[in-house]
Amino acid sequence: MTHETTLAVLRERLGADSFTTSEFRDNYRVIVPPARLYGVLECLKQHGGFDMLVDVTAVDYLYYPDARDRFGLIYALLNTATGERLYVKTHLNEPDLAIPSAFSLWKGADWMEREVFDMYGIVFERHPDLRRILMPEEFAAFPLRKDYPLRGRGERHNFPVLTRAEG
Amino acid sequence: MPLDLAESLMAADGAEQEYLWTLNFGPQHPATHTTLRLILTLDGETVVKAVPDIGFLHSGFEKLGEDLNYNQYVTVVDRMNYISPLANEIAWHHAVEKLLGIELTPRCKYIRTILAELMRIHDHLLNVGAAALDLGAFTAFLYAFYQRELIYDICETASGQRFHPSYTRVGGLMYDVNETFVDKVRAFVKDFPKTYADVSRLLTRNRIFVDRMKDIGVLSKEDAINLSCTGPIARASGVVRDLRKDEPYLAYNDFDFKVICATSGDSYARFLVRMEEMLESIKIIRAAIENLPGGPVNVDAGGKVVLPDQVATYRSIESLIQHFEIIMPNRGFHPPREEVYGATESPNGELGFYVVSDGTERAYRARTRPPSFIHFAIFPYLIVGHQISDVVVVLGSLNIIAAELDR
Repeated sequence: MTHETTLAVLRERLGADSFTTSEFRDNYRVIVPPARLYGVLECLKQHGGFDMLVDVTAVDYLYYPDARDRFGLIYALLNTATGERLYVKTHLNEPDLAIPSAFSLWKGADWMEREVFDMYGIVFERHPDLRRILMPEEFAAFPLRKDYPLRGRGERHNFPVLTRAEG
Repeated sequence: MPLDLAESLMAADGAEQEYLWTLNFGPQHPATHTTLRLILTLDGETVVKAVPDIGFLHSGFEKLGEDLNYNQYVTVVDRMNYISPLANEIAWHHAVEKLLGIELTPRCKYIRTILAELMRIHDHLLNVGAAALDLGAFTAFLYAFYQRELIYDICETASGQRFHPSYTRVGGLMYDVNETFVDKVRAFVKDFPKTYADVSRLLTRNRIFVDRMKDIGVLSKEDAINLSCTGPIARASGVVRDLRKDEPYLAYNDFDFKVICATSGDSYARFLVRMEEMLESIKIIRAAIENLPGGPVNVDAGGKVVLPDQVATYRSIESLIQHFEIIMPNRGFHPPREEVYGATESPNGELGFYVVSDGTERAYRARTRPPSFIHFAIFPYLIVGHQISDVVVVLGSLNIIAAELDR
């Protein structure tokens, strides 16, 4: 299917005003509001033929010039039969950082969404096991957010010291 | 994660499961090759459940990507999949050059292709050698590693460093290659098939090797696609996807090579796919090194992203101004304020970078799509029902590099 056919399928099933599109170099993007994200992903998987989820990532637009929303969440999809790629993007703002998980569509979303949760604090509802993946369990902040400094807040210097009596 | 959490993840029908015991395949273990942790729930010797725990090598590479400019970040990207560093650099600059809309010179494309294929051989030799080492075949490991030393020598001739060359730059390469490089690549291409034949004779039809690898860790084609697998792992399960053929980049259109696939999807198939891919890479390198185009290796200096050479900088005012504009910290070149995803076929799978630019010379967000991270997530699905000694085999066949896993 070409990009035009994919957009036609989306318009037919979800309505022409449910998404906007943009394009840069060879990346075709579909931008949706958060409430419609799961519907669009499901439609693309079932009727668009996008059987592989390539990547799930997020961007914090806090210091981006002329940004309207704080977080962008991007799902990169691939149709393995035709080689077509599509990027589904949604924008989230605090405090509603909850979005349905794509695990029920693609099992590969499991760890990728865990990493987005770990690094940005975006909560994925109905994810089978949403906990931190790269940072330690007891870490309190979300490191890739722009308000978290590069050198950290002293977590590396304040490890609890266990003496022989305690440990 | 704390060990008691693993117990709570055991099967819900509690009473009959009391004989299951938990084994920690910890971060420090010679057979995992890298720092990753597996909490295995075992029934005798059979693995019932495996819970991976990662993050021991997490160094905030993506956060650094927001602090270093596009040419400086290549040093960090080098250190992700440290088994094939130039492949990462080529992938990173592929994404950045896509953002900037730069078309490379033919000579640069050919040199990058040669280096990318050398890195493919480099990575597959390590994987095959380490698979042999884990199963006790030390000789094959040493044969493979000697060839890797020759590749390190070639990297050193090209860029001055063996392990982390930091060789690519936006619009070209750090230096052009010289005759010594060409001679060394020719010598490697001439000698590699003998070592390949030796390793193949030692392993491919070896009874013990085949028995330990065949039907272990089977990944079906539907699962491979659903779990986002790419590269040799997906191709060994029957997914015919290779970015070198499907979305050609660099000079791959000029070469005639096959995409190696298998249907069985077990560890032996992954081993065979990697072995054959090395031969295809040698074909590409042989064709490329004989037909290396002349001309400049960096994109024309008028494009404002490449440092002019020394003579031009000292002789001409325009070059001096351009040199100043690129080097000085508060200046630098100006990419468009857009986001782009660019991917290449790294030896491990699809290595892509999602680069968000805010118009300055530093990326606003530099996300790595790490094949090792995504492939380690499939490990729990592959290992259920196998013995504990198969854990090492499956882990080795997935080619997990911890630095790319954790970044």
